[in-house]
Amino acid sequence: MDSQTFTLINITAMTVVMWLTPLQFIPFFIWLERKGSAIIQDRLGPNRAEIFGIRLFGLIHNFADVVKLLMKENITPSSANAFYYLLAPFWAMTVSLLPLLVVPLAAPIDIAGHTVRFQAANFGVGILYVLSITSMGVFGVILAGWASNNKFSLLGGLRSSAQMISYELSMGLAVVGLLMVYQGVKVDGIVESQGSLLTFNGHTLPLPNWGIFLQPVGFFLFLVASFAETNRNPFDLAEGESELVAGYHIEYSSVKFALFFMAEYSNMVVSAFLVSTLFLGGYQVPFASTETLVQKPQVTLFILCFMGITWGLAVGYLLYIYAQQQKPLYSGMKRWEPFILSGAGLGLAVGSLAILAFSSAITFPPWAPAVLAALLQMICLLTKVVFFCWLFVWVRWTMPRFRYDQLMNLGWKLMLPVALLNLLVTGVVLLIQK
Amino acid sequence: MLEAVVFYILAGVLVAMGLMVITRTNPIASALSMVVAFVALAGLYATLSASLLAIIQILVYAGGIMVLMIFVIMLLNLHPEDLKPMRARAGAVSLAILAVLGFVLGPIFLKVFPSGQWKMATLFPDFGSIFTVGEKIFSDYLFPFEVLSLLLLAAVVGALVLSKRKL
Repeated sequence: MDSQTFTLINITAMTVVMWLTPLQFIPFFIWLERKGSAIIQDRLGPNRAEIFGIRLFGLIHNFADVVKLLMKENITPSSANAFYYLLAPFWAMTVSLLPLLVVPLAAPIDIAGHTVRFQAANFGVGILYVLSITSMGVFGVILAGWASNNKFSLLGGLRSSAQMISYELSMGLAVVGLLMVYQGVKVDGIVESQGSLLTFNGHTLPLPNWGIFLQPVGFFLFLVASFAETNRNPFDLAEGESELVAGYHIEYSSVKFALFFMAEYSNMVVSAFLVSTLFLGGYQVPFASTETLVQKPQVTLFILCFMGITWGLAVGYLLYIYAQQQKPLYSGMKRWEPFILSGAGLGLAVGSLAILAFSSAITFPPWAPAVLAALLQMICLLTKVVFFCWLFVWVRWTMPRFRYDQLMNLGWKLMLPVALLNLLVTGVVLLIQK
Repeated sequence: MLEAVVFYILAGVLVAMGLMVITRTNPIASALSMVVAFVALAGLYATLSASLLAIIQILVYAGGIMVLMIFVIMLLNLHPEDLKPMRARAGAVSLAILAVLGFVLGPIFLKVFPSGQWKMATLFPDFGSIFTVGEKIFSDYLFPFEVLSLLLLAAVVGALVLSKRKL
């Protein structure tokens, strides 16, 4: 196989993977939201759906959702503009899946003379591509609001388009600060330069070279702006239930509503990926650069096994306690399910411990170190992403909604000047350091 | 070969959407056709190795300015019946198109392709990338760049003065 064919196959495979990743995150995220809100509000959450006696903490509920949404009547209002009314959900879903193409899942590895890349598209314009695609996302909302010919949905669409445009500015300026620090726009370059330790004025600090440490203000601005861009509480005025019933998707039923629902969650998954990639080192494992991981497979194996032991023990022990104390039927599990799951967790811990014990006796085949490093880096990135998914849920169920004038004041009179000031300070510090 | 296929697809979409913009009675439909036309134009820029220009085309025009235009159209809430008297006559439009083709584009074509062959400019390796464009803007073209930004600032201030009653 020549290298061109290999690259083509690699890019095609990664495109499919990066297309499927947010789609696979959606059911998990919806489950996280339902159970998370239940925990925060001291409820039980979804617990009744079951397949063959399996309930899995309410995860099975997603299947019930899908069946319900597919079976509902697919209504098109008679006064709606049918073509644009149908186009809107597809536009929203398509745009929400595109930005992930530039996010690398792990550092490129060399196997059998070929370089395997874990990034679907390495554009020269890098992060600007993400900004341009997210700026197209607003049309889905506008179209839905306008084409369904309903005053509530029109108001929702107008509000949300104004909001998205306002917060795009702060988001873009926060990214510009990051580009100044890392001296590049390519996403893989930004992530690579986050692998070293933080150096300031010639002193090496015991901190990773992450965007959150170099650009704390930029990180906060980007995070807030991404909440606003995804129309998420405290910025979910687009669908303020108390005023607009459901905002721009009030006239949508069945699969069309499901597409909007999925697009909202997939937008959040993409935001979580972007925040962790740009500001939390992406796939970089803290204090262990890619070279270290590839050259010392023992270190990689140790970290992997250590994670297996701690997570396995935590899951196993917590579920065991839970199964003994709670009434499993009402919390979304049959009586025997937590025992099986905790057994699996404990098994993972024991297996990891065994591998760790015999790790000095293992001779690694030549491809193993790179593959192990890539695996560890993917797990690291996904951990960060899951944390930000939880942050989205956490904020939604603890914060009240902004009033519309407060939202606009925050965007234009606070965040925009702070972002500009952040740029000025960053520029001055960079000039002094030069 | 591949480049030609991509060019004809993008150019076809661009022309079709351009026609949609001027033939639709529904203003929102026109504006959305214009968005698609802008995206196709960005694709043409990208094939001409002007990647930054392509991205800016989508980011600023398709994603920013067109949203504001649709915003205004939605606020006006025009019905197709309101726009009936504004419809142009087909004869006048085709005459105008013929005039443009004959007197503007025709001489250019005759000037550019007198013998049917022309020399392509050779591009340096980093042509059109964000670094090259940024370097040019902030060194050779700094003065025009600053004058342009001053012009935009004046427009912003003017819009504020005109629209806000109480300053």
